[in-house]
Amino acid sequence: MDNSEQDSHQQHPISTYFKVWGLLFVLSALSYWVDYAQLQGFWRWTLILLFMFLKAGFIVAIFMHMVWERMAFALAILGPPVILLVFIALMASEGSYIELVRTLFFVNQG
Amino acid sequence: MSNISEAPSEGMEGFVDDWASDKDAFKGVSWGKAMMWIFLLSDTFIFSCFLIGYLAVRTTTVIPWPNASEVFALTIAGEHVPLLLIAIMTFVLITSSGTMAMAVNCGYARKPKAAATLMIITALFGVTFVGMQVFEWSKLIEDGVRPWGNPFGAPQFGSIFFMVTGFHGFHVSIGVIYLIVVALKILRGDYEERGYEIVEITGLYWHFVDLVWVFIFAFFYLW
Repeated sequence: MDNSEQDSHQQHPISTYFKVWGLLFVLSALSYWVDYAQLQGFWRWTLILLFMFLKAGFIVAIFMHMVWERMAFALAILGPPVILLVFIALMASEGSYIELVRTLFFVNQG
Repeated sequence: MSNISEAPSEGMEGFVDDWASDKDAFKGVSWGKAMMWIFLLSDTFIFSCFLIGYLAVRTTTVIPWPNASEVFALTIAGEHVPLLLIAIMTFVLITSSGTMAMAVNCGYARKPKAAATLMIITALFGVTFVGMQVFEWSKLIEDGVRPWGNPFGAPQFGSIFFMVTGFHGFHVSIGVIYLIVVALKILRGDYEERGYEIVEITGLYWHFVDLVWVFIFAFFYLW
């Protein structure tokens, strides 16, 4: 076995996986509870996003081993998706403008 | 070449050094793993485009968006339970992620039989997930949801739903095939000499499928 393969081994105690696994169950149950309890408004969106990012973070960091990778690799993979925030912002602003125009159009029509 | 014996520096300094070293930027990452990550990165953009398309359609429509909590509710023993099937599907997928993580662990511990068995179990959870999705789809089609309209509200609901969950279900199905193929190759002894990093690479794909579901669950079913 050559050295490079030895280095890329990602062996971690099974207990770490079990803890994260349990945590993912709890977080999923909590996000389901947000809907079940019919929370609305500020707390609904905040909690949904919070539980979503926590779940995604734990999956990428622990299950996909990103915390144990070197910075050069982690930034190469996790950096580019940040640009999506610009795309989301553009589409959100464009979307609310179109909605405004449509609403005005339908109000004037009816 | 003079500093090859020194341990590479960590953190931001390591980031600059690794990229400046003119070769082998991703130290300790095999080519197969790097390529799987880059594929997943491109897949991230595809799914993001779908979800951003959903955002655009949902904010611009003047017709009220159907209440997902109601549309996906199941009536069990006369009791109206919102999103029950989706919650079970979420738990099935998380469970499969856990068995996949254990398979990776067994692979590196050089227990190929255990790794292959856990991968088959993961694949079975994947089949369960797709099966439940088929049930969900047929129930919605029965309720009159179509890509061009539905009885609950904005007509775009159907097209977004079938496209996003369909594309995700397609990923799960491909993942099931991928898992079974790799598990069989492990049992045949193909990786006895090369080592079992393949389990981790397969696992990356599978965890990604779970990851995408986290976002679909939040934005499509809960929002």
